[in-house]
Amino acid sequence: MKKVYSRIEAIAGNVITVSAGDVQYGELATVSSAHGSSLAEVIRLYENKVSLQVFAGSRGISTGDKVRFLGHPMQVSFSDDLLGRIFDGGGKPRDKGPELGENMIEIGGPAVNPAMRIIPRNMIRTGIPMIDLFNSLVESQKLPIFSVSGEPYNQLLARIAMQAEVDLIILGGMGLKYDDYLFFKETLEQGGALSRAVFFVHTASDPIVECLLVPDISLAVAEGFALKGKKVLVLLTDMTNFADALKEIAITMEQVPSNRGYPGDLYSQLAARYEKAVDFSGAGSITILGVTTMPGDDVTHPVPDNTGYITEGQYYLKNGRIEPFGSLSRLKQLVNKDTRPDHRALMDSMITLYAAYKESLEKKSMGFKMTDWDQKLLKYGVIFEQRMMDLSVNIPLESALDNGWQILASCFSPEETRLRSELIKKFWPSPGGGAD
Amino acid sequence: MTEGKVVGVNGNMVTVEVEGDVSMNEVAYVASGGKKLKAEVIRIRGRRAEMQVFEMSRGIGIGDKVEFTANLLSVRLGPGLLAQIYDGLQNPLPELAARCGFFLERGIYLSPLDEEKEWPFTPVAKAGDALMAADTLGTVPEGIFSHRIMVPFYMKGSLKVVKIAPAGAYRISDTIAELEDENSKRFPVTMCFSWPVKRPITCYSERLRPGEPMVTKIRIIDTFIPIARGGTYCIPGPFGAGKTVLQQVTSRNAEIDIVIIAACGERAGEVVETLKEFPKLIDPRTGRTLMERTIIICNTSSMPVAAREASVYTAVTLAEYYRQMGLHVLLLADSTSRWAQALREMSGRLEEIPGEEAFPAYLESVIASFYERAGLVRLRDNSSGSVTIGGTVSPAGGNFDEPVTKSTLKVVGAFHGLSRERSDARKYPAIHPLESWSKYPGLIDESGTEYARDILFRGNEVNQMMKVVGEEGTSLEDYELFLKGDFIDSVYLQQDSYDPVDASVSTERQRHVFRLLFSVLVARFDFGSKESARGFFNQLRQKFIDYNGSAWQSAEFNDLESGIKAFLATQQVGVEAGGNKIREALESGK
Ligand SMILES: Nc1ncnc2c1ncn2[C@@H]1O[C@H](COP(=O)(O)OP(=O)(O)O)[C@@H](O)[C@H]1O
Ligand SMILES: [Mg+2]
Repeated sequence: MKKVYSRIEAIAGNVITVSAGDVQYGELATVSSAHGSSLAEVIRLYENKVSLQVFAGSRGISTGDKVRFLGHPMQVSFSDDLLGRIFDGGGKPRDKGPELGENMIEIGGPAVNPAMRIIPRNMIRTGIPMIDLFNSLVESQKLPIFSVSGEPYNQLLARIAMQAEVDLIILGGMGLKYDDYLFFKETLEQGGALSRAVFFVHTASDPIVECLLVPDISLAVAEGFALKGKKVLVLLTDMTNFADALKEIAITMEQVPSNRGYPGDLYSQLAARYEKAVDFSGAGSITILGVTTMPGDDVTHPVPDNTGYITEGQYYLKNGRIEPFGSLSRLKQLVNKDTRPDHRALMDSMITLYAAYKESLEKKSMGFKMTDWDQKLLKYGVIFEQRMMDLSVNIPLESALDNGWQILASCFSPEETRLRSELIKKFWPSPGGGAD
Repeated sequence: MTEGKVVGVNGNMVTVEVEGDVSMNEVAYVASGGKKLKAEVIRIRGRRAEMQVFEMSRGIGIGDKVEFTANLLSVRLGPGLLAQIYDGLQNPLPELAARCGFFLERGIYLSPLDEEKEWPFTPVAKAGDALMAADTLGTVPEGIFSHRIMVPFYMKGSLKVVKIAPAGAYRISDTIAELEDENSKRFPVTMCFSWPVKRPITCYSERLRPGEPMVTKIRIIDTFIPIARGGTYCIPGPFGAGKTVLQQVTSRNAEIDIVIIAACGERAGEVVETLKEFPKLIDPRTGRTLMERTIIICNTSSMPVAAREASVYTAVTLAEYYRQMGLHVLLLADSTSRWAQALREMSGRLEEIPGEEAFPAYLESVIASFYERAGLVRLRDNSSGSVTIGGTVSPAGGNFDEPVTKSTLKVVGAFHGLSRERSDARKYPAIHPLESWSKYPGLIDESGTEYARDILFRGNEVNQMMKVVGEEGTSLEDYELFLKGDFIDSVYLQQDSYDPVDASVSTERQRHVFRLLFSVLVARFDFGSKESARGFFNQLRQKFIDYNGSAWQSAEFNDLESGIKAFLATQQVGVEAGGNKIREALESGK
């Protein structure tokens, strides 16, 4: 039995310090005060001084409160009983269900051996042309939605989740607005998906330290199910709140900030979570779809910037649309080679032309004379935005490809598209044929 | 043996109270939870040593015992390194997987080389020979190479061969020779030995200036911003601009003996493609799989941060080892910024005074001395070997004005800067043709590349002007220049890495195609209008792109080439001044 310590020597931010022996780095403790009890985790050891980060925050903690070490790091119960349940960031029930205590597993476990990974191969179809055609989503991919705040990113997240063919959905909510939490719950309920979902939700009004636990706890559970053969989709929204929680702790611990107050290990911290996405050969998989809101629509802000270097692309949500520029699926070439022979070339050509359209648009806004070529591009850009970018478009990939050729044919002559002659021969809509 | 006790834990840094002597960068093991975790001394103050642990530090407690090894962080050198997949500390990942399954388990360190395998050894040295460190004792075949079994690099002075094993099959730890030093002390020598990763191997006669191109088969690089064997280059770029893909294609197609890939702190998934595909891809130069000329050092972003820092040193030490055999080695590190960040994390824990963006003040010298390990050398037997280093840089916010990019640019011989603008427009490889530079000579006569570069430059100026004055305010002559610049970009600078033919363009083909491109660049036209000029270049571009996709010197290739020439002739009215002279240089030169 571990000893109880009843003298807290320092309290700063959400970190308390006690003098104690036989304590291990990362070990969990309970801190009991007049206001209740909270878990805390050891985040620094120096001689006999132990610093702990208190999950429920340090508000109201007194120097006389009791600290009891538990002899193990943070764990979560893992079984099928989790399905349909809703918990907070610390793993306590948020619904009316019972607390679960069986089969406790450690969270934040070791990384997958790269030699055991396999090349992702299955496309996840979403019915959204900007995804399926231009930036295909792949099973086991880690991919965030980069969004300005105020955009319907949670709606997009929920829509993809409902449309994706996966066995299980795990929602990790960080700093989630209560309304958004309810929105997810209702959407999954209506879609009949709640019974194959687990929620770990930290809302904006919950203690900040719990926010830090959400990705680890969600991913530990996802890993458990994936090892049992399930295709798991993990939704993490909003990872910027997670990063801000890291920043807060770092500042409390007087770490030297590297960039706009964020700690120097922000990259490694984010990577440790996102890299949990995996396709286990012979078992299931974990796909991570995140949300990273960009403060001030600035993609060079440290959180989206570090995220972009870690994830396998990003969907850039702006003005209610997925922007072709800035959006990227790094795994698309693993799957778009097997869909249809025109998929890749059409994708590249349409984007190059859309880039040219943007240039013409700029010229036009500066009052320049529009050449024939500019006129063609202007026509193209408008149709492209209506028939490809609008999020209300919900069609299978094959129809999106057919639409692509029709759009090109209705605006350009074949050689203006920079597509290879053989493809043009095969796919260019015959005059008076498909083109509208 | 020196021992100690843990007195502090902060992230992956432990503070140890030491009984006895310790040295900087010495390796020690922290005994925790029944496991021994590898760590390296990074600072010593009085009786306390600060160490970085190469593993997750969870579970380490005050009072845990620490054993010092008296050795610096080292790698094992010997036959059997090729085709291996190691973590940053030379732990073989497939063997680890065979033992531990899906996850990386802490505290398990396996032998990096196969101890049981027997290698057919052929002696080269004879009893009585006087040798020096790195001289050849004998050879064993390793795949397509003759692997030199050398006098261990750490041995000093003149060494007499007392005994040498006869030809036969030996394991790496079998004694194959006995050497006697100047003090008549005798040493048994095996086929493998250890070398500390942070110490450069300098057993050569002299360092030479890199001159021969290191052909990547990427047109924009080999023609315009070449790399030299034994040289250094860097690829900075924002995320998604194509750094990794560029290195991947280079690792496949580069004309070099050995490729060492250091996947340093980035995505594990990216290494997997290499892992799974290289054993299946045949290297056309040797007829063997690419894996046989490759070593992968894989310390990806969710693997322990301290080992990430070690991984680039492990990689460069293996590169230097093969260089000592008279081989040409290419080291590709992706990304050097992650290694710099590992330094920053540690520096922060040590509470050192931070420099710019909290990187340590010594960042610049650390980067410089790493790239200094590249080079072309003449060995004692007059053969030459080289280590070429190419590192990607991942600047925060894609802004090159940051410490890692700046420090790197000061020391490298070529700069391949990737641009977000080009990658957004799917212009791959997204190397910025005007901002990038190289100090090395390329494949193609400079008069030709300078001519093309000038057109690119002026064409770009016209394009910028057009954004201000519009197309109508641009003269036809200027507009033609713009079209020619755009033409170079579309048919020569851009290259489809996923097209089986276009992905790799041989030296011969680059020279050939460049001459054809050049004939377009020096052509004078007499277009009546901008529309007809644009129409002409659109069609020409189309033909050229088809041409780029046709197999070298196939019937299709020849047909398309004739087609291009004929089409050009329909509009050409002459040749720009000075064009013929450069053409002669291109024809005759190389
Ligand atoms: N040469 C290329 N040809 C075609 N697509 C490319 C090329 N280079 C990069 N890409 C695209 O861009 C994506 C990101 O490239 P990557 O090399 O991973 O970027 P970085 O390492 O700079 O973050 C790739 O997944 C691919 O879709
Ligand atoms: Mg990369």
